[in-house]
Amino acid sequence: MSSPAEPAVDAARDALVAEVRAALGGAVLDSLVKPGDDAWIRVSTGQWRPSLQALRTVLGFHYFCFLSAIDWMPSPYGRGEDDPTQPPPERDATIRPGYCGGDTRMQVFARVVNPVTHAAITVKADVPDDTMTVDSVADVYEGANWHEREAHEMFGISFAGHPDLRNMYLPSDFEGHPLRKDFPLLARMVKPWPGIVDVEPLPGGEGGDES
Amino acid sequence: MTALDDAVLGDRQRLSYIASQAADARLNVELETEGMTLNIGPQHPATHGTLRIIARLDGEQVVWAEPSCGYMHRGYEKLTEVRTYPQVTTLVNRIDWLGSFANEVPFILAAEKLMGIEAPPRAQWIRTILFELSRVANVSLFLGDLGVQLGAITPVFLAFRDREYVLNLIESATGGRFHPNFDRIGGLKDDLPAGWITETKQVMRKLRNFCDEIESLLFGNEIFQSRTRGIGVIPRDVAMQYGLSGANLRASGVDWDLRRDQDSPMAWNKVSWKVHTHPDGDSFARCWVRLQETREATLIVDQLLDGIPSGPVMAKVPKIIKVPEGEAWVSTENPLGEMGYYVVSRGDIGPFRVKIRSASFNNISIVPWALRGVYVPDIITILASLYFILGDIDR
Repeated sequence: MSSPAEPAVDAARDALVAEVRAALGGAVLDSLVKPGDDAWIRVSTGQWRPSLQALRTVLGFHYFCFLSAIDWMPSPYGRGEDDPTQPPPERDATIRPGYCGGDTRMQVFARVVNPVTHAAITVKADVPDDTMTVDSVADVYEGANWHEREAHEMFGISFAGHPDLRNMYLPSDFEGHPLRKDFPLLARMVKPWPGIVDVEPLPGGEGGDES
Repeated sequence: MTALDDAVLGDRQRLSYIASQAADARLNVELETEGMTLNIGPQHPATHGTLRIIARLDGEQVVWAEPSCGYMHRGYEKLTEVRTYPQVTTLVNRIDWLGSFANEVPFILAAEKLMGIEAPPRAQWIRTILFELSRVANVSLFLGDLGVQLGAITPVFLAFRDREYVLNLIESATGGRFHPNFDRIGGLKDDLPAGWITETKQVMRKLRNFCDEIESLLFGNEIFQSRTRGIGVIPRDVAMQYGLSGANLRASGVDWDLRRDQDSPMAWNKVSWKVHTHPDGDSFARCWVRLQETREATLIVDQLLDGIPSGPVMAKVPKIIKVPEGEAWVSTENPLGEMGYYVVSRGDIGPFRVKIRSASFNNISIVPWALRGVYVPDIITILASLYFILGDIDR
């Protein structure tokens, strides 16, 4: 309701993105600043590691916050709330990327922070659909080591140059990558979602229409 | 304050520690000690949960160590994709189960940011109070548990005694001792119960006494000091590369607290308080910073209680919450460190993807680095001082 008066321009973040663009040159494919909120850039796959290296050494983004991946394919199973007795509904399977665009199904993204100015930026890069490989940044930010292991395990993305991509959570013989959208959530597959029952009108009620 | 005044002593202790390590390495060579692998956990009383540490030893020293997690992986990032936004708070409550309310806040703030709504001021203040109460409940257990790791049993009884008061407060306000599930998109479920403010003030006084007690019992203790000072030193640069956060980062001399240093609709910037840092970066520094922060949190709560604005605790939100398309990142300074959610929405009733950045995951990823070269008993103190909650590592 009481939404704050958002500044239409965010001079600090605009300057930040301009500075990053100047330092990274042609590596930046797209950028976005949401005033009063956050800044995003997307770099080309080949420039993923050099970009983060430059952000750290040249622009002072010394603090590593996190690294992860997104699977932009809409889930073929929806939200697991379909009635199993009905034929599966038609779903839009078009892959739409998020902020700063993208051409591939998978994207890696990382957030780094400048501990002096407290400026932060989220960096994205496409992961090629065929090789599913990007360069590892574990030697740029040591902390990325575990985050890349996690992304490898959950999304099946390989990180070239990573010292040790063993599974962190799952048994080593586990098949599949759980956070990919086409990996079914078994608990929702083996029995119908209990919420389906809830939409039935209560006996003697006024149709149970809450909304 | 003695800890800070005595930086010279800290240096001397660190040097003598390095010298003794060097002497030991020489001894190991002379004795031709054999390497062995020590498996600590998954279930070991000193690891508070099912974390397993595999350490390769040479004599008494660790050559290589590796934590093995995943014994408590519950797949919350996947589960959020089949939940609605209000349902997600139930899940994230269980990430850091000692400070549950603090887990809900950044997620709710991220959803509110995407929806472009903001909770009324009263709700923000009560949120901040409950947030700080969960910090007190969480870290006071750490302070008690710290003694147990070093063989002192008394502090843990004190901690459980006084933490109970805080849990009772959280329970009487939210209905849940451990998992409040109280934060809503647009505000809070309920207002505070009658008499809660007076009661909270009394409890905060008790907790400050508890902090004093622990400080004199434990932090001034010679054994405690010799077991923690100069041990597990993490330099500032390494800490930032690994993305350490919270007290672990501030104990390495980085003056950074998200409560102070980032714009937030919460009420932290409405009161005056101090961010504590320590230059040493050792186990002692981490414990010391946490102790000071607990005391500071009680002072924050006290000040906030005096100034709660009146008004509603819930903004007008639709009954069925649909979050507009977009991406948002919100993180807050949780008891364990920086906890954040990267929420991707597709305009649906549930999130498209949620990346949960939990503090302990980063904090524990430094363990292989920090444990190299330390002695076996120090593994326990270093782990304890890094302070992790298993659910916060595995999610």
